[in-house]
Amino acid sequence: MENSTSPKFKQNAHDALNDASLQRALGRLKTGFKDKRTAAIAQLPEFEQLRDAARDIKNHTLANLDHYLTAFEANVIANGGHVHWCADAEEARQTVLKICQDKDAKSVLKGKSMISEEIGLNAFLEKQDLKVVETDLGEYIIQLRNEPPSHIIAPAIHVHKEQVADSFRATHKGRDINRPLDEPRELLDEAREVMREHFFAADVGITGANFLIAETGTSVIVTNEGNGDLTQTLSKVHIAIASLEKVVPTLEDASTILRVLARSATGQEMSSYTTFSTGPRRTEDLDGPEEYHVILLDNGRSNMLGTEFQDMLRCIRCAACMNHCPVYGAVGGHAYGWVYPGPMGSVLTPSLIGVEEAGHLPNASTFCGKCEEVCPMRIPLPKMMRHWREREFEKHLGPQSMRFGIQAWAWMASQPKLYQFATGIAARALKLIGGSKRAIRKLPLASGWTDIRDLPAPQGKTFKQLWAEQQAAKKA
Amino acid sequence: MSFAPSSTSTPSSTPDPTPKPRVGLFVTCLVDMFRPTVGFSAVKLLEEAGCVVDVPMEQVCCGQPAFNAGDLASARKVAKPLIAMFADHDYVVAPSGSCAGMMIKHFPELFANDPEMAEPVKALAAKTWELVSFLTDVMKLQGVAAAFDGSITYHDSCSGLRELKVKEQPRKLLRSVTGLSINELQEPETCCGFGGTFCVKYPEISGKMVGDKTTDIKNSGADMLLAGDMGCLMNMAGKLRREGSDMEVRHVAEVLADMTMAAPGIAGSEKG
Repeated sequence: MENSTSPKFKQNAHDALNDASLQRALGRLKTGFKDKRTAAIAQLPEFEQLRDAARDIKNHTLANLDHYLTAFEANVIANGGHVHWCADAEEARQTVLKICQDKDAKSVLKGKSMISEEIGLNAFLEKQDLKVVETDLGEYIIQLRNEPPSHIIAPAIHVHKEQVADSFRATHKGRDINRPLDEPRELLDEAREVMREHFFAADVGITGANFLIAETGTSVIVTNEGNGDLTQTLSKVHIAIASLEKVVPTLEDASTILRVLARSATGQEMSSYTTFSTGPRRTEDLDGPEEYHVILLDNGRSNMLGTEFQDMLRCIRCAACMNHCPVYGAVGGHAYGWVYPGPMGSVLTPSLIGVEEAGHLPNASTFCGKCEEVCPMRIPLPKMMRHWREREFEKHLGPQSMRFGIQAWAWMASQPKLYQFATGIAARALKLIGGSKRAIRKLPLASGWTDIRDLPAPQGKTFKQLWAEQQAAKKA
Repeated sequence: MSFAPSSTSTPSSTPDPTPKPRVGLFVTCLVDMFRPTVGFSAVKLLEEAGCVVDVPMEQVCCGQPAFNAGDLASARKVAKPLIAMFADHDYVVAPSGSCAGMMIKHFPELFANDPEMAEPVKALAAKTWELVSFLTDVMKLQGVAAAFDGSITYHDSCSGLRELKVKEQPRKLLRSVTGLSINELQEPETCCGFGGTFCVKYPEISGKMVGDKTTDIKNSGADMLLAGDMGCLMNMAGKLRREGSDMEVRHVAEVLADMTMAAPGIAGSEKG
């Protein structure tokens, strides 16, 4: 996805807050994700230790990233597969296209992949006259609706089942227009039937990867629908597209992180399918692709190494941060304006498309800290959002009024006598304005506060004035 | 009307064998300007718990607004004087998890590149406490001599909760208040949408968050809302008023210090 609407985050948020259907959908986050995560973790006493272990694995890997990536590459090649190092989105798209063209492919099946969203793969391949079909149900729904995902593991979380039925009736021709599609089961069955036909006709299957395992040259996907397995085993060519921080040293490391992944994401102990792909079909294999390719995408990530944003590369895309974020819960994923929403997106998006473009995202946080509390990889998300604010400030981005306000305030606050004099006057004035209600409904220059809520009036004198009076009285 | 207690406790005539800890009160900007009653409640609680309280008069702010705006130079300029100001106190106590959290967790980050400040900053962080957790965890206070006839609900402010692990401490002391019962919120740990400058930079999102919060508060059926941070309290009280609710809103220290008669609640109109 090349173009972001992140610069108009405020407008996006406004629209989202006034979208009744979206607001109803966001209400499902609690029972759909948060309660399930809480229950799953309550059953695993060693969860906190696992978080430490998972964090340490990724930290070690990131400190030796070159080593593990080249080891991964060597093992993929040894297994008969191919590795393509791609510096940016364009290189990744061209590489995928070349593989498709070499096989004279007409159709491409997709398993769920956020990297595919990041590089805008579907739109690109369709322009090249390839038929692209998303096989993950959520991704399929938003493909029919021509929308980007609004969540990284539940891409269609903003869509209601009635809207899905409308999309199916409009798209799946040759079926009884009055067929019942009220129940999720009916929608699933129809999607399954339609998808079957696609699976058997596919030339190229593209999946993402939750892990790349260096010691074996394996890519791993976790899914709940089994669509990923069919995508990568029934197609003639399997392309796994992954960003380079997905690598872990060993199978053991992957299984450690898997223990925190599904619990944090959906509250499952494990996802229904955890699929390991190691090279193309061997002669004794009954099925599997003829070719196995891994696209290793950088797209700005190596620039994060050695910076205050390196820890973000530990992220395993479980979405716990957004599921628990009150800002995400208020505005949903589309408001963030690019591929990755919620707290992880607020840190990652500026890294990938620039803080000039995505500056709103790290600012639109109360720093409540819930994201860091639930992050299985212990990523200090609020701290990194603050680091983006620091970069913004250094670059003179952000509203000039805010910059001036903070600096004027800091100047005042470093002159205690002047500050006390000024706050003394302000406290008295605001008390008068508040009157007998002790609350102010409207105040010039404070509409950000008073548009939403009353401003409680001060009590009249400052604490320091009263304290000084009291101390003087004691001495007298 | 006076918000200060009319008489402060007089020193006992017999000398105390163990010296009392000397506590520097960090008043916080919002308490100083908007709600002195909280400052006097803190002084009363600390003195009753056996501390000697000192209020350095040159103190202003911990620098958090600038720190969170990414303006580190301004944050350092505002924060730095505090470190010397509180150098001689045994403890520094603030009636705010947010400001205490700034001094404990974020001063070390703020001054990370200044080797001269490393020791003083570390020392300050090690002796700084949020008020209620200081009373329970350091002074080992088991209960308070206060009465409130009614039910309260309690909002866990984010910084205190997540940075300083303040959760049970206020509930423990509140349970010792005669006549008081606690109606817990459905989501006591969900942010109220204040977030410092966030609430004015993104008023609509903040409005949605505080609206969800006030719904939870009203559904609790409690007579009074309490929390440990003025920012959150002003946000929630302001929203309750805007929605036409006259629910009483106070800082937890006011109830624990038995000072609810000293002043009406936050944004509380004159009644009864």
